[in-house]
Amino acid sequence: MMRHIPVRETILASAILLLIVLIASRFAGFVAPANLANVFNDTAPLIILALGQMVVILTRCIDLSVAANLALTGMAVAMINVAFPGLPIPFILAIAVTLGAMMGAINGVLVWKLNIPPIVVTLGTMTIFRGIIFLISDGKWVNSHEMSPAFTGFPRAAFLGLPVLSWIAIITVVAFGVMMSRTQFGRSIFAVGGNPHAAVYTGINVGRTQFGAFVVSGALAGLTGYLWVARYAVAYVDIAGGFELEVVAACVIGGISIAGGIGSVGGAVLGAIFLGVVKNALPVVNISPFWQLAISGSAILIAVAFNARSGRTKGRIILKSAEVTQ
Amino acid sequence: MTNTTQTRHIPDRLHSRAARLFKSWEALLFAVAIAIFVVNSFASPYFLNAWNLSDATFNFTEKAMIAFAMALLIISGEIDLSVASIIALASTAMGLAVQYGAGTPELVAIGLTVGLLCGAFNGVFVTILGLPSIVVTIGTMSLFRGISYIILGDDAFRGYPASFSWFGQGYIYWVFTVEMLFFVIIAVVYAVLLHKTNFGRAVYAIGNNPTGALFSGIRVARVKFILFLLTGLMSGVAAICLTSRLGSTRPSIATGMELEVVTMVVLGGVNILGGSGTIPGVVIAAFVMGLVTFGLGLLNVPGIVMSIFIGLLLIGVIALPRLWAMVSAQRKARKIA
Repeated sequence: MMRHIPVRETILASAILLLIVLIASRFAGFVAPANLANVFNDTAPLIILALGQMVVILTRCIDLSVAANLALTGMAVAMINVAFPGLPIPFILAIAVTLGAMMGAINGVLVWKLNIPPIVVTLGTMTIFRGIIFLISDGKWVNSHEMSPAFTGFPRAAFLGLPVLSWIAIITVVAFGVMMSRTQFGRSIFAVGGNPHAAVYTGINVGRTQFGAFVVSGALAGLTGYLWVARYAVAYVDIAGGFELEVVAACVIGGISIAGGIGSVGGAVLGAIFLGVVKNALPVVNISPFWQLAISGSAILIAVAFNARSGRTKGRIILKSAEVTQ
Repeated sequence: MTNTTQTRHIPDRLHSRAARLFKSWEALLFAVAIAIFVVNSFASPYFLNAWNLSDATFNFTEKAMIAFAMALLIISGEIDLSVASIIALASTAMGLAVQYGAGTPELVAIGLTVGLLCGAFNGVFVTILGLPSIVVTIGTMSLFRGISYIILGDDAFRGYPASFSWFGQGYIYWVFTVEMLFFVIIAVVYAVLLHKTNFGRAVYAIGNNPTGALFSGIRVARVKFILFLLTGLMSGVAAICLTSRLGSTRPSIATGMELEVVTMVVLGGVNILGGSGTIPGVVIAAFVMGLVTFGLGLLNVPGIVMSIFIGLLLIGVIALPRLWAMVSAQRKARKIA
């Protein structure tokens, strides 16, 4: 086991360290512990979503609806908070996770039972979810003064020196580490992505595993939806617009093979942190934040080209989803 | 628990030509289009007006131009999600050229060239490096629009020459717009290319079995590269029309259009897994989508709510035939039992 050093993760971690050192050499303040904690907190939503996306991509699917799911759940819980300001936070969290999981389940059922390519399903649900936000909110914003202090305060509350938002990200990372390596579900996800035919012969239900992956991704998107809206203290139709691409980018940069079956929790987390560091470093080194989009696009291309060259198998087309159903 | 392996049936000619025509997806779609037309003309008194209908075509002409090329690309088993970003980049390049005093011919050349270059960029990554097109074009989707944002920020380019407005605002005769003319010409070109040439047969062959196509002497990589070039070129044409129509360029131009283009292609009966589909199907799908959005617009339905319909349409169009197949398979199984 000692021989098994995760090469890709090491390279990525070194790249992130190098980046931080480069920034620190000109702006020492960037590496102050308080600032690094800030960067991590800022990246926490991306980390959580990247982990959900990783599970989906590992099963040879893709979930482009996460940002819309996040926005819809965020709007829903914000409106619930306005209607019932006394509702305790645990209930809000439960509602957010359930709503998100339900939206994930819709994606999952369409992929599992009707065998529709995941990209089509989630492109469709992405627009549908965004449209529904407009329908339920009537295009209006929910602003901070309408939300209860407990609602907006929760993700920012400090616990052992870090905000709750950061702790949730850490807990999610740990939980996923255990789930992917120690549970039947986690192993079957790798099996389904690695070789669906073989997975069927070992008694794994491929479609149901993919369904499970979508539910996990949806639940995390729902959770992040509440955290996002509470943290920025505003909910409107377009929040987290285009964020799904950043989430996919984090996974691709983290070495999750879009062809399924290859990837790790560490990779996804590092991919998200890489993007988070870049995003937070841009204003520090005085580059316009408008560079962000182009940088993450280039990072996707470089990472996918790099991974394909180092990977054993050639990338398969994700549209040609698994031929095995049920 | 049953394991069904999904296979594509390619039967020899079983029905007469007329029977196949009536049973085809295109015929069904055509009936839907007529139904929507009739419903719309009853729902709103403003629908049956030549000028209104002419205005309504702008809803789909630009998207359809890209959809024709995208149809070929999807039939060959690839996809391009970066088309809307190519529009943004091409439009930004044209806007930049205007600041340096470029005239209409130069602008057209720039728009087409940027489109081609972007298509070539995608093509190189997919065919030469052998990467999955969906990831590559998700990456270039960010990259191309990202470059627009770098150039423009939250600014906008204006001041296009007056003659440039011909493409998006001009009329050929009475209510027939220049864009309609482009739409018809491009539709015919792509219909001939796909249905009447060796190249078109190669596209189908690649979509059905890339390895088989390779062994039968088709240069798979080259065909795919050309298809990416064509999709880029069509995005350039659409960028010219859209920019000319709007008269300004913002980096957020055409956001989300890739979804509508893919929806149009899939609605037109093109198999998202590749291998089958027709250009006439895409033409009818373009009209269906145009009529739906125009009809809803007349009824004061906001754009974002229309996008719910587009999303439902995209999923429903694929889901319903599959549901139908599942139900009829179950019925058959029950009969045997």
